Amino acid sequence: MRKDQYILGIETSCDETAASIVKNGHEIISNVVASQIESHKRFGGVVPEVASRHHVEQITIVIEEALKQADMTPQDLDAVAVTEGPGLVGALLIGINAAKAFAFANGLPLVGVHHIAGHIYANALVQKMEFPLLALVVSGGHTELVLMKEDGQFELIGETRDDAAGEAYDKVARVLNLPYPGGPHIDKLANESDEALQFPRAWLEEGSYDFSFSGLKSAVINYQHNAEQRGEEINPNHLAAGFQQSVVEVLTTKTIRAAREFKVKQVIAAGGVAANKGLRNSLEEAFTKENIHFYVPPIKLCTDNAAMIAAAGNSKYSAGHLSDMSMNGRPGLELNSWN
Amino acid sequence: MIWLGIDTSNTPLAIAIVKDEQVLASFQSSMKITHSIGTMPAIEELMEKANIKPNEIEAIAVAKGPGSYTGVRIGVTIGKTLAWTLKVPIYSVSSLHVLAENAPYFQGVVCSIMDARRSNVFAGIYANGEVVKEAHISLVDLLTTLDNMEQQVLFVGMDVSIHWEQIKEVLGDKVQRANAAFDLPNAAVLIEMAKKMEPSEVHTVVPEYLRITEAEANWMKEQKKNGN
Repeated sequence: MRKDQYILGIETSCDETAASIVKNGHEIISNVVASQIESHKRFGGVVPEVASRHHVEQITIVIEEALKQADMTPQDLDAVAVTEGPGLVGALLIGINAAKAFAFANGLPLVGVHHIAGHIYANALVQKMEFPLLALVVSGGHTELVLMKEDGQFELIGETRDDAAGEAYDKVARVLNLPYPGGPHIDKLANESDEALQFPRAWLEEGSYDFSFSGLKSAVINYQHNAEQRGEEINPNHLAAGFQQSVVEVLTTKTIRAAREFKVKQVIAAGGVAANKGLRNSLEEAFTKENIHFYVPPIKLCTDNAAMIAAAGNSKYSAGHLSDMSMNGRPGLELNSWN
Repeated sequence: MIWLGIDTSNTPLAIAIVKDEQVLASFQSSMKITHSIGTMPAIEELMEKANIKPNEIEAIAVAKGPGSYTGVRIGVTIGKTLAWTLKVPIYSVSSLHVLAENAPYFQGVVCSIMDARRSNVFAGIYANGEVVKEAHISLVDLLTTLDNMEQQVLFVGMDVSIHWEQIKEVLGDKVQRANAAFDLPNAAVLIEMAKKMEPSEVHTVVPEYLRITEAEANWMKEQKKNGN
């Protein structure tokens, strides 16, 4: 019988300091996240230097807590996986250097993991991943369609050409004077609305799986400004609903088309925006009709966490792809296959 | 007792391994290699040369800043992670003081500086073995302070070169600079300083930036304006 494999995951790519231990790539033994959101709220967004400072304050506490909750010692681990990129470079460096020091001190192998691979592998923690698989990754920093023909193989078939979906949400939320982060507030306003304003959809060239949200974002912001200048009251629910409908329709339509074209067995949504109810419902409804298995992990695993990094790290480690002590943070890291 | 010392607070990298009263191995470099890439491999290599295994380390000394924000964070993160997981005490020492201790026998005032851009420096002033001042300060204000002390001043640090003409102009005969051999931090010196200190609680060890972030400064100004 194969021996059980325990991976410590570490994630510090943005504003969460996280550590987790995952068994055999799918069973969460512990999952600790220290969020900095209260601190960044003051500034209306994540301030990179402030994020880096908080990571140093939290990093050893969070790793210790992950070991404690798992009732394990470093000697029980098989490898250390850490987010290598993309992300805020100063933030990435804290997790990476802590991971290197921890791996070195305990004689453990080190695995650098791509943040998006992590978001995709969050699904391995709740169900068996079946290939070919299509992943829609939507967060504050990413909007991507990734095709996986096999475990550890990634093909980027579409991505945003300007703003990430979550970024557009945050900017529109700011215009509506909603607190940071704005996504959940817009989602709520939209869901409560019985009417929606009409905003454009960016389909781009025929057949393209790429996205663009900056035009939509500008249209929404202009609408609000023009109304303001005319002294008209706008209904924030209608505006939020109109914006959300445009985003959701484009994301759903392109994801369905890709799922058909590549004849995938499974479609998953991942990343912070996958927690959005409007998007979830739209995708669920569409894929039920298509008879394709669609899944979104629970919110806790959609937002940044280290269990997803440990899960992806487990696959990469099993494939024999290790990093050494010279690993650096790579803010623009590309998603490469390891199988 | 086996010590590991790490200083990554500015461009230079300094690592040392000290066993009791003997420096087993020491490394200094002023090459512009990203600390994130260079520090752990350098520690690994130096420990191999000193024939020391990670679990033989009994204490860790780390330079806590000020300096380059990212640089300081890398040394502090490595130091505190090692100390925590190896269950050994950690000592954090001012990076400016470490530099100044390169010149322990100088009769007068020792001033260590690191460039902080926009005509500002991180500066440490030390006299008779005591800390007079450690601050983020404009070069003009620093030189006025030193001028008023009316003593001989020795400048230490590789960033002295950047400002030497202005320093010389203000302090004239009262100033000299250490030679190049003393311009880089020495992690064995860092360890010797740590030996005289109390250890810190490992989770609480954080860099000493001596400056709040611009975002926080603006936010506080905004709060004051709104009467909060």
